Amino acid sequence: MTAPATHESLPQRSRLSLPAFIDGSLLTLVAGAVILWFAPVGMGRYGTYVLSLWLVMSVAVMGLNLTLGYAGLKSLAQAAFMGLGAYATAILTTKYGVSWYAAFALSGLLTFAVGLVLGFPALRVKAHYLAFVTLAFSTLIWLIMRNEQWLTGGVFGIANINRPEFFGIKLFGALEFHRFVVVVTFILAVLLWWMIRSPWGRAFTALRENPIRAASLGVDTRTYTLLAFAIGSAYAGFAGALYAPLVEFIDPSPFSLSQSFFLLLMVVAGGSGYLLGPFIGALLGVVLPEWLRFAGSLYLIIFATIVMLLLIACPQGVSGLLERGWAKVSGKAGARS
Amino acid sequence: MKSHWIIAAALSAGLTGQALAQDKVKLVDVVELSGAGATAGTNWKNGIDLAVADINAKGGILGKQIEIVHYDTQTNPGNTRAAVQRAIDEGTYAVLGPVFSGPIGASMQIAQRAEIAQLVGGEAAGLTMQGNKYLFRTSLSQTAAMPKIAAYLKNTVKAASVAVVWVNNDFGKGGRDAILPELEKAGIKVAVDVATEQGQADFAADAIKIKNANADAIFVYLNEEESARFLRAAKQQGITKPMVGETTLLGAKVIELAGDAANGVKGHVGLSIDAPIPAFQEFGKKFQAKYNYASDHNGLKGYMAVYMVKWATEKQKKFDKKGVADTLRGATIKPSEEPGILIETTIEQNGDLDRESFLAEVINGKQVISATLPKLKP
Amino acid sequence: MAEFIAYLIAGIATGAIYALAAIGFTLVWQTSQTINFAQGEFVMLPAVLVLLAIKLLGAPIWLGALIGIAAFILVFGVGFKLTVVDPMIKHGVLPLAITTMALSIIMKEGAKDGFSAEAQNFPSFVPSQTIQVFGASISLQHLAIIAVAFAVIGALQWFVGGTRLGRQMQATAQNPTVARILGIPVERMVLLTFVINAALAVVASVLISPIYLAKFSNGEVIGLFAFIAAIVGGFNQVRGALVGGLIVGIVDSMAAAYISTQYRLAVPLVLLVVIILLKPEGLMGRKEERRV
Repeated sequence: MTAPATHESLPQRSRLSLPAFIDGSLLTLVAGAVILWFAPVGMGRYGTYVLSLWLVMSVAVMGLNLTLGYAGLKSLAQAAFMGLGAYATAILTTKYGVSWYAAFALSGLLTFAVGLVLGFPALRVKAHYLAFVTLAFSTLIWLIMRNEQWLTGGVFGIANINRPEFFGIKLFGALEFHRFVVVVTFILAVLLWWMIRSPWGRAFTALRENPIRAASLGVDTRTYTLLAFAIGSAYAGFAGALYAPLVEFIDPSPFSLSQSFFLLLMVVAGGSGYLLGPFIGALLGVVLPEWLRFAGSLYLIIFATIVMLLLIACPQGVSGLLERGWAKVSGKAGARS
Repeated sequence: MKSHWIIAAALSAGLTGQALAQDKVKLVDVVELSGAGATAGTNWKNGIDLAVADINAKGGILGKQIEIVHYDTQTNPGNTRAAVQRAIDEGTYAVLGPVFSGPIGASMQIAQRAEIAQLVGGEAAGLTMQGNKYLFRTSLSQTAAMPKIAAYLKNTVKAASVAVVWVNNDFGKGGRDAILPELEKAGIKVAVDVATEQGQADFAADAIKIKNANADAIFVYLNEEESARFLRAAKQQGITKPMVGETTLLGAKVIELAGDAANGVKGHVGLSIDAPIPAFQEFGKKFQAKYNYASDHNGLKGYMAVYMVKWATEKQKKFDKKGVADTLRGATIKPSEEPGILIETTIEQNGDLDRESFLAEVINGKQVISATLPKLKP
Repeated sequence: MAEFIAYLIAGIATGAIYALAAIGFTLVWQTSQTINFAQGEFVMLPAVLVLLAIKLLGAPIWLGALIGIAAFILVFGVGFKLTVVDPMIKHGVLPLAITTMALSIIMKEGAKDGFSAEAQNFPSFVPSQTIQVFGASISLQHLAIIAVAFAVIGALQWFVGGTRLGRQMQATAQNPTVARILGIPVERMVLLTFVINAALAVVASVLISPIYLAKFSNGEVIGLFAFIAAIVGGFNQVRGALVGGLIVGIVDSMAAAYISTQYRLAVPLVLLVVIILLKPEGLMGRKEERRV
C-alpha cells in the first residue's frame, strides 16, 4: 500500500501539520522520558508503581486516540483489546514459557488482526457502526475471559506473571521495571508521532476533517480507517502485554465494558487528536484518583465532576485548554514585540 | 514539559507518606468500595470502623490509638496492587482486606515480600494453597463448609437430586467447584447447574429453569441481595422444593429483603449476627445502631480482622509487624482472652480458619439455629 | 408449552422496561443528538430518590413518591437539558456523549454514598401473587408491568400522533431546521422530550424496583440493554424502541432458558451484530433516520 501522492494538497487545517508543533511534541516526549527515567528515585515503590501504571494506560489511550482522535472512529472495546493482549502475554509466558518479547509482539499482532477482522465488516457498512460492533465484542471477550477457566483462569485469574529480563538484567524490581516501561512507552509514542507525521497519518487526519473531500482526492477511505482502527487496537494489545507483568496478576475485571468507557473518557478529557493528550488523559484517570484517596469513596464523584466541568468548559479537553492558554500568552507576547 | 516536573514533584511529595505518629498505630484497609465488590466491601469497612472505635474507646492496642485508613480498590487488581503498595510504603502495621479473590491474588505477593500480615475476607479455596505465610482468612474456607452442606443435603433433606444456582464470581464459582465433588461423593445427582451474574436483578428465567428441573432440593449459592431476589422469583414461580444454602442465604439481610419468600430456607451458617452466641448478636445490634442496617457476614469478618491484629500484638507485647503473622499462625484465639474475636477461632498454618458453625432454618422471618457443628479439628 | 409461556411472559415484562428506557433514549437522541450513556442510571435513580424522600422527611409513601419523582424530573429532565446539553451540543456528539458517561458515574456513586451501598426494598403497588395460565405460573407483578408499560407507551403514541403539541415535537425530532422554519418553538420541544424521557424513566423505575430492589448499580444492565434495544429497533421513536425492547427482553429470557446461563449476556449482543450487518437501519428504522 502506497501513500497517496496527493497528500501535500490535502487540507492543512490540523494543528499537527505545523512543523514547529511536531518538534515540540517530540521534544516533550524525549524530555518526559528522561524525567520519568529518574523521577521515581526516592519515591518509594508505590509512587513508582503508579507512574508505571500511568504509562501503561497511556499506551492504551494513545491507541484509542489514533482511532478516535485522528481517524474519528468510535471504538468501545479498547479495554477488551487490552485484555486480549494481557491474557495472550500471561498465557504465553506462564503456560508455554514463551519469552516476554515474543509474547509482546504476538499480542500486538493478535490485536491488530482481530481489529482488522472486526473492523472490516463494520466499516463496510458505515463507519459509525464500528461503535456498536465493538460494544458487542467488548462484552463477548469479557465473557470468554470469565467463563473459559481452562484457558484464562476464569474468575480466579492468572497469578505469578513474571517480569521480563533485559539482556540478562532481571527487571523484577519496581524501579527497573519502571525504566523498562518508560523505554517501551517512549518507543511506542515516537512510533505514533512518526506515523501521524507520515503521509499515512496525514491521510487519517484528512479523513477526520473531511471524509468526502479526502475520498474525492483519492484517499482510500475504507483501508485507511480500517488500518487506523487495527493499529489503535494493537496499541491496546501492547499496553496489555505491559500491564500483565506490571501487576503480575490479571483477572477479567480491568477489561470490562465500563473500563472501555473509562478509556474513552481519558482520551476526550486529555484532548483527542493531540499527541500528548493521552498522557494527560491517563494522568486524570490513573494518577488523579490516587491523589484523591484522602477523599475516601467520594473520589470517583470528584473525578467525574472534574471531567464533566472540564468538558463543558472546553470540549477539546486539557490539551485544548492548554492550547487556548498558550495562544493567549503567545498572542500577547507577539503584540509586544 | 514543565508539567512533568510538577507531576514528579507532586508525586514524590504526596505519595511518600508521613512518618508514624508516636502514640498511634496505623492500619490500612484496602477494600472494594466501588465497582462490583462495593456492597461486600462497604460491610467489611463498616465492621472495621466499628472495631476500631471500640478498641480506641477502651484505650487502644498496648496504649496506642489505632489510626485507620481505607483505600478503595475499585474491585480492580491493578488499583489494588497500588493501594497495598501504598499501605506498605506508608508503614501500615498490617494490611486489612481486600474481600474479593481477584484483588487478593493481585496484592498478596506484595504483603508477603514486605513480610506484613494481610487479613483478607476472601473465601475461595485457592488463596491459602500457595504457601503464603502472611495471608490470613477471616472466615471459613469453602473447602471446609461444603462437605457439611453435602452431608446435610444427604442425611437431613434426603435429596437424591439437587439443582445448583450460583453467582459467577470468585465467591460463587469457588463454592460451586467445591460442592460438586462433594455431591458426587454423597451420591447426589446435579439436576441443573445455573450460573447467574454478579449483581443480577432479574431472576425470573433462572427460577423457571430450576422449577422445570424438578430436583428434590435447590442449593443456592449467591450473595445476600441476589439470594433475596432469587427467593422472591422462586416464590413467584411457585417453587416449593427445599432451598438449601450457606451463610449468604440465611442472613438477616436476605430475610429483610425477601420477606415471606425466605421462610423455610435452611442450611449451614458460618458467621451470622443471628447465631446463638450473645457476642454475635451484640455485634449485630451495635452495627445496626451505628449504620442503620443489618450487617452481613463481611461486617463480622472486618470486625474480627482488627481484633486478630490486636490479639497478636498484645500476645507478643510489642509492635512487631513480622511478629503479627508469626504469632497468628497456628494460634487459637479464645473469646475469654479477647472478647472481640466473638467465637473461638483456630488459625491453621496455611492461614485457614477453624471454628464452630451452625445449621439453621428460617422460620417466620427469623433465623433459628437447629444444630451447632463442632470445629473440624476440635 | 407451559414452560415456554413462563419464559415469554418474564421476557416481555423485562422487555417492556427496556422499551420504556429505549424510547426516552431515542427521543432525546433525535431531537438533540444526545447519546445518553447515563440512561440506565436514569432508571435506577427515581426509586432511590423516592426512598430517600421517605427516609429523610419521614413522609408517607405517596408524598415521598411525589417529592422524589418531582425532584428527579426537575433535575434530570429540565436541569440536565439546560446545564449539560445546552452548553455542549454545539461542540458535536462525542464530548456530550462522554459527559453523560461522567454523569452516569456521578449518579451511581452519588446514590451509593448518599443513599446506600445495599439494596433496599421498594414498595409494590401490586400483590406478589401468581395466577396459573396453561399450567404456567405468571406473577401479577409481571402482568402489571406489562399492562402499565403498554398503557404509557400507547398514551405516548397518541400524544405524538394525535395532538398538536405532539406533532410539533415529532417534526422537531425529524428535522429541526425545517421545524424552525415552520415556526415551531424548537427549543421548547427539545426540552419537552427531555421531560418525557425523565418521566418514562420514572415509570420504568417505579415498575421494576419492587422486583429488582432499589440499588445504585441496577442501571448498568438496564442502560446497556436499552441502548441495544434502541439500535435494534432502528432509532425509530416509539415503535422501533418498543419492538427493540421487547425483542431484547424475550431473547435474554430465552437465552437463559435454552442456550447457556454463562453466556446469557452474549446472545442479545450477537443479535445486535447480526441485525447491524443484515439490516443496518434497524428493524423498524428507515434509512435516513439513523444519523448516529
